[in-house]
Amino acid sequence: MPATDPSIIRNFCIIAHIDHGKSTLADRMLEMTGVIDARNMRAQYLDRMDIERERGITIKAQNVRLPWTVDGTGYVLDLIDTPGHVDFTYEVSRSLAACEGAILIVDAAQGIEAQTLANLYLAIENDLTIIPVLNKIDLPAAQPDKYAAELSKIIGCTPEDVLRISAKTGEGVPHLLDEIVRLIPAPQGNPDAPLRAMIFDSVYDAYRGVITYVRVVDGQLSTRERCLMMSTGASHETLEVGVISPEPTKTDVLSVGEVGYVIPGVKNVRQARVGDTITASSRQAHVPLHGYRDPKPMVFSGLYPMDGSDYPVLREALDKLQLNDAALVYEPETSVALGFGFRCGFLGLLHMEIVRERLEREFDLSLISTAPNVVYRVVMENGDETVVTNPSEMPGGKVEEVYEPIVKSMVLAPTDFVGTIMELCQSRRGTLLGMEYLSEDRVELRYTLPLGEIIFDFFDALKSRTRGYASLDYEPAGEQAADLVKVDILLQGEAVDAFSAIVHKDKAYAYGTAMTSKLRELIPRQQFEVPIQAAIGSRVIARENIRAIRKDVLAKCYGGDITRKRKLLEKQKEGKKRMKTIGRVEVPQEAFIAALSTNPQ
Amino acid sequence: MPSGPPPGDPAPADGSLPDHALVGLGQRPFGIYIHVPYCAHRCGYCDFNTYVDTSGAVASYVDAAVAELRLARRVLGEQAPAVSTVFVGGGTPTLLPVGDLVRLLAAVRETFGLEDDAEVTTEANPESVDAAYLSQLRDGGYTRLSFGMQSTRPHVLAVLERRHTPGRPEQCVAWARAAGFEQVSLDLIYGTPGESDEDWAASVRAAVDARPDHISAYGLTVEPGTRLHAQVSRGELESPDDDTLADRYVMADELLTGAGYGWYEISNWARDEGAWCRHNIGYWRDGDWWGVGPGAHSHCGGVRWWNVRLPVDHAAALAVGRSPAQAREQLDPQARRVERILLGVRLVGGHPVADLTPAGWVAAQRFAAEGLLHAGELSKGAVVLRRRGRLLADLVVHGLVS
Repeated sequence: MPATDPSIIRNFCIIAHIDHGKSTLADRMLEMTGVIDARNMRAQYLDRMDIERERGITIKAQNVRLPWTVDGTGYVLDLIDTPGHVDFTYEVSRSLAACEGAILIVDAAQGIEAQTLANLYLAIENDLTIIPVLNKIDLPAAQPDKYAAELSKIIGCTPEDVLRISAKTGEGVPHLLDEIVRLIPAPQGNPDAPLRAMIFDSVYDAYRGVITYVRVVDGQLSTRERCLMMSTGASHETLEVGVISPEPTKTDVLSVGEVGYVIPGVKNVRQARVGDTITASSRQAHVPLHGYRDPKPMVFSGLYPMDGSDYPVLREALDKLQLNDAALVYEPETSVALGFGFRCGFLGLLHMEIVRERLEREFDLSLISTAPNVVYRVVMENGDETVVTNPSEMPGGKVEEVYEPIVKSMVLAPTDFVGTIMELCQSRRGTLLGMEYLSEDRVELRYTLPLGEIIFDFFDALKSRTRGYASLDYEPAGEQAADLVKVDILLQGEAVDAFSAIVHKDKAYAYGTAMTSKLRELIPRQQFEVPIQAAIGSRVIARENIRAIRKDVLAKCYGGDITRKRKLLEKQKEGKKRMKTIGRVEVPQEAFIAALSTNPQ
Repeated sequence: MPSGPPPGDPAPADGSLPDHALVGLGQRPFGIYIHVPYCAHRCGYCDFNTYVDTSGAVASYVDAAVAELRLARRVLGEQAPAVSTVFVGGGTPTLLPVGDLVRLLAAVRETFGLEDDAEVTTEANPESVDAAYLSQLRDGGYTRLSFGMQSTRPHVLAVLERRHTPGRPEQCVAWARAAGFEQVSLDLIYGTPGESDEDWAASVRAAVDARPDHISAYGLTVEPGTRLHAQVSRGELESPDDDTLADRYVMADELLTGAGYGWYEISNWARDEGAWCRHNIGYWRDGDWWGVGPGAHSHCGGVRWWNVRLPVDHAAALAVGRSPAQAREQLDPQARRVERILLGVRLVGGHPVADLTPAGWVAAQRFAAEGLLHAGELSKGAVVLRRRGRLLADLVVHGLVS
């Protein structure tokens, strides 16, 4: 197959908030360019995982090649569908780096959201041509004029430059396709230089091994040559090269500016990581494309099988998920309270939820996860340093300083909520960086916040205090020293490792009180009194008591229905088997789950 | 129905029992329970198998019950023993014309025969009897009456939806004495929403003052599916917590023992051993009994079965000569042992240590050290609950059967 002339190629992505219609627009484009006929169409064609379709989000980037003719010239449009969540900012940045232009989709009834704005800034940093589009203009609640003004102010164009479409009905979509051809520049690159292609996505397929999605920047990618991953220096056989249209189609060659897939004959995605540069092993490029970095887990949580005998199943399941998830890390750990499990590292809360959900769904596991925490760097007075990923392992003794990760966050909200949002951010140890009015009634607030504060319940608190109107985005911004302490929870004087938490000194009391009173509700009364204490080191900061049970007897035997009484006893016996015994205290599994959930009841 | 019957094995249509169930029949006390599944009004707390009859079905009830007695006689055969105890419960047995209750007892006598000193009890609603009714019952052969007094406080009776006026149960005791009944019992309920400690003390005192032979005091259980449960879930009524129930139990135990009533089963006290309810002892001590009537439970030599719950289904089965049993279970030795312990420890005499496993024995010693069991009795070979242990009987049983 001959190489495609770069001048007829347009590589673009779509930036949009969940529900603003990105997938619907992609579906419509597939249909209108004739790639898929309406008969074979299913909603959210590009989202392949069940979880993606159910949650209406894109986790992995996808791409598809669309033919489109303008003034008699046939063009090749390559749509790269990007993930849309803060946990996957790095994946987003790689997808953007594979494009020359971006369509900014905004719901004409809602206006822009924080994540969209963050991704838009990312696109502008990457020098992408932005085509602003208001979607859902068919909705009665649409206010296209208002939001066109808002968008033009953010981007620096005129309100007339903002296209108006309905992805649902298809109105305005052909014009949008024309504008993509007209406005987005054709890719530039040196066809004679050594091959440089950027991996913007990498997925594991049970039958074919790892499939990588790439954008060729220089040179030519061909099945005739072995490919080499520049971050590892390892070379692999180039088994297959092709484009997606919309099913994989072999082309054997990808040239400058083209987007397509490569099967490099590797077994897991760690060997072909997102952001890495592929070159040809026979004629190697010397400088990789910039921007590669190792994925770094930001949030940690312990995952334990509800049934201890499922531990090997959990191990195998994590091994399998890791084939397809370069960001997932885990190592075995043992908890006195929960038994054998794994401490797992995730990109963020959504990543954590998705992994957990996939483990439960795809491997039929029932799991207890400990409350998520961030990574702390602890420096001792003697200069020793420890990285703590499990709060119960926080070293005691002479601690010089504890460092916690911080993020730069952006909150978009109606102006009415500025006060409440500031209050919330302040209570989470935030520092205001700036505030900007996007329009008369919408404002952007920028804060530095400790990540540990965000992963707890910040998003829920923000949503409930702003009646769902605020949106949030954040990015890592290094670390800071902070007055952090470990709070232990003790049952009858014995610390329960799964309940230990690292919190700010000023919050320790509140955490201790909340946890002890929650546990008092959750742990059934025992034959003896059970003190529940929260302590920093040996200093008790909160205490509750579960009073000894005084009555546990069924007064009556209903007309000689002994069977019922015996069955009840048998049922209670079963229930006791599902209890974890800590010291002499029997704690139901449900208590762990409820106590460890981050949502305050 | 709020509490359905347990699932079990199918019961044979002719009601027949496996041979092993009949081994030793007659060497154990044998009782007849007769369930009268009708009330004038279903009280808000009640989840028993009872109905308000609006179509005159009560009339055919006695025929069905008599038919079941005949079937019972056929099943147990020639070795069927004479009956040592009869207990008519409900429902409201005294909703029936007194002649019907007398006829039921006559049918027991005719089918099985009654032992000379048989205990024949009926439950009685204070509102539905008078002196003449009780007198005819006594003449018909009944020896014992159990009145549902529940409380002496009008606001408590109102929550329970009991329609009798305070003072009526005490009047009934006097009528019963006049009619010649030697055994009279009063039932009390504690822990009704709105009941105070003082209310409860007053009720216990009122019961004591009527000088019955026997007093039962049951903690109110708010059963799912009842009107009371709905009222509590909606927050219209507040159900007392377990600690309050424990306090009330202790109050009752102190007042009753102080007045000369000795405790003999978790919820029962009596003037002396001669006033114990022998029929109920049969339940606790692994006795045999045939339960007649809709939803009634029976036990014979390790086989338990229970009847269909609806009166119409019960009558229909018997009309064509079939057993009204819905299902049954045959207990294996392990289950029988668990039941013996479960039931036996409820009694003042306790349960023999010999029935415990080594783990159960270790638990018993721990409970004795913790003051839930009598250490002295344990050393003599019996597991006997102390008062604190009575309130935690289910917890103790968990340990004993481990």
